Amino acid sequence: MKSKSRNFYLIPYVIWIALFVVMPILLVLYYSFFDIDGQFTLDNYKKFFTPVYLKMTFSSFWYAFLITLFTLLVAYPIAYLLTKTKHKQLLLLLIILPSWINLLLKAYAFIGIFGTYGAANSFLEVIGIGTKQILFTDFSFIFVSVYIFLPFMILPIFNALDELNPSLVDASNDLGASKWTTFLRVIFPLTIDGVKSGCQIVFIPALSLFMLTRLIAGNRVITLGTAIEQHFLVTQDWGMGATIAVFLIIAMVLIMILTGKRKRGIL
Amino acid sequence: MTDHTIIRFEQVTKQYDNDPPVLNDVSFEIERGKFYTLLGPSGCGKTTILRLIAGFIEPSNGKIFINGKIVNDVPANKRQVNTVFQDYALFPHLNVYENVAFGLRIKKLKNNEIDRKVKEALRFVNLEGYEKREIKEMSGGQRQRVAIARAIVNEPEVILLDEPLSALDLKLRTEMQYELRELQRRLGITFIFVTHDQEEALAMSDEIFVLNNGNIEQSGTPTDIYDEPINRFVADFIGESNIVPGVMLKDFSVQFAGKTFECVDGGFDPNEAVEIVIRPEDLEITMPENGKLRVHVDSQLFRGVHYEISCNDQDGNEWLVHSTRKAIVGEEIGLTFDPEAIHVMRHGETEEEFDKRLEAYEEGSYEK
Repeated sequence: MKSKSRNFYLIPYVIWIALFVVMPILLVLYYSFFDIDGQFTLDNYKKFFTPVYLKMTFSSFWYAFLITLFTLLVAYPIAYLLTKTKHKQLLLLLIILPSWINLLLKAYAFIGIFGTYGAANSFLEVIGIGTKQILFTDFSFIFVSVYIFLPFMILPIFNALDELNPSLVDASNDLGASKWTTFLRVIFPLTIDGVKSGCQIVFIPALSLFMLTRLIAGNRVITLGTAIEQHFLVTQDWGMGATIAVFLIIAMVLIMILTGKRKRGIL
Repeated sequence: MTDHTIIRFEQVTKQYDNDPPVLNDVSFEIERGKFYTLLGPSGCGKTTILRLIAGFIEPSNGKIFINGKIVNDVPANKRQVNTVFQDYALFPHLNVYENVAFGLRIKKLKNNEIDRKVKEALRFVNLEGYEKREIKEMSGGQRQRVAIARAIVNEPEVILLDEPLSALDLKLRTEMQYELRELQRRLGITFIFVTHDQEEALAMSDEIFVLNNGNIEQSGTPTDIYDEPINRFVADFIGESNIVPGVMLKDFSVQFAGKTFECVDGGFDPNEAVEIVIRPEDLEITMPENGKLRVHVDSQLFRGVHYEISCNDQDGNEWLVHSTRKAIVGEEIGLTFDPEAIHVMRHGETEEEFDKRLEAYEEGSYEK
């Protein structure tokens, strides 16, 4: 009786998952077996292993890796300093705030800032370096991506650091460890779960970024995300687009498994 | 200051912002190889003293010496002291062995030396064979031992213990009291133990510092402090006491509860107003006509080892009696006591004045 009524409450969630999670994945899988003329084929999978697509896959992973790495390098110190401040919740809110603004707006704002006559170049002019090509470079692409993903990396790391028992840091100092050793041996290992979730949240969307690649990187960076967009909207080759999507899903599942939380005793 | 002194506080004050000071101009000396207890209610500054010695905080004023050197600016990781924390602060990502080995690895000792020392430390706290256990698999008492092993393995000169027994149940706590005391004797290291539990302090220490409001109220051996409390706070905090107002007529003669009694204290002004202390276990029940005091029994509780009897005299003073004999509530009984049971306290006397007076009148009594 009890379990029956519990199952009853599960119904909306099951419907939701079936409609919006399972169905789309099955559809993507289904479309990946058809060519542009609607004929059943395995050619799409063969095509994926040609140099063109492999190169695209590699560059997707490479840029996603760079973006995650730099986001982590920037986010960890910020999260750490935040936990040491007095009004940490307020400051955290201020850092999260930009993520409420539409991604497209932020991208256009950066086009303005990094453009030939933008604020960044005027500054370079003033300090005597002179105007540089900033927009449509690897630098601007990674810079803007890091900026956009930063809040998602800071949050889990901040939470992990905030939960860290401060007497563990005292204990480490007490046992002779310097601040840096304490960080390496106690603080970082104990906040690694926060780092892992942060990396997941950043790496997975970074793999399939497509809007920024066009607006900020000027299509010089072609990732799998761009390829999917092009296949669905431009070449109308839904089969090939779906195949790439299948590989992206597999890649994401692998990353989730690799960075998944191992159960460990956190006191 | 002698060669035995290992830690010395010189007029140390600790104050946060503009709040009243947590520690107020405190001076004391700690000798090598003894078991010290800092005793006081929460917020009295006892943990602050511990954190100052460990180096987690710096004093606002005054000097702290370890082995004769000022250590005000020496960070915690450069001090030869180790702490056993209240919540043990064991590293949850390391197993028992690595927790104990932590300090040794920082010192970059050779692996076989680390292995020898860690095993020895674990044997010391009766945790042989637990090396590979994770911390979360250990019980409270076992965690406590790991924390102690982690401190002693570094062979520090002083071990600081911050209320380490407060999280344990009563039986385990009593057991650990014996073990800690025994451990300190075997190691010969100075232990500084912080607690708010007066029984714990009396049972374990060589010396007790009683603290209140950032000041040391009294220091001395457990018997000194129990038998000769300096003021109302100490008398009240350490054990149960009957404290009543009285008048010191002359040396060895005191008046309270409307009568004059012989006592063993002296060195007061004639007819000085004082407070007298009599411990409940020093009061004996007799027939009303034989008693030095006649009191009325108000209530009675059975405490196992004794009855706790609450009585009132005609002047309205309350008398608490610990007796193995039962009384009957509502009846009148007599109370009797020895002259030695009366302890007289002067109002507002400092520890220094107290010691001086004690010395002076004791010398005098020997001449007689």
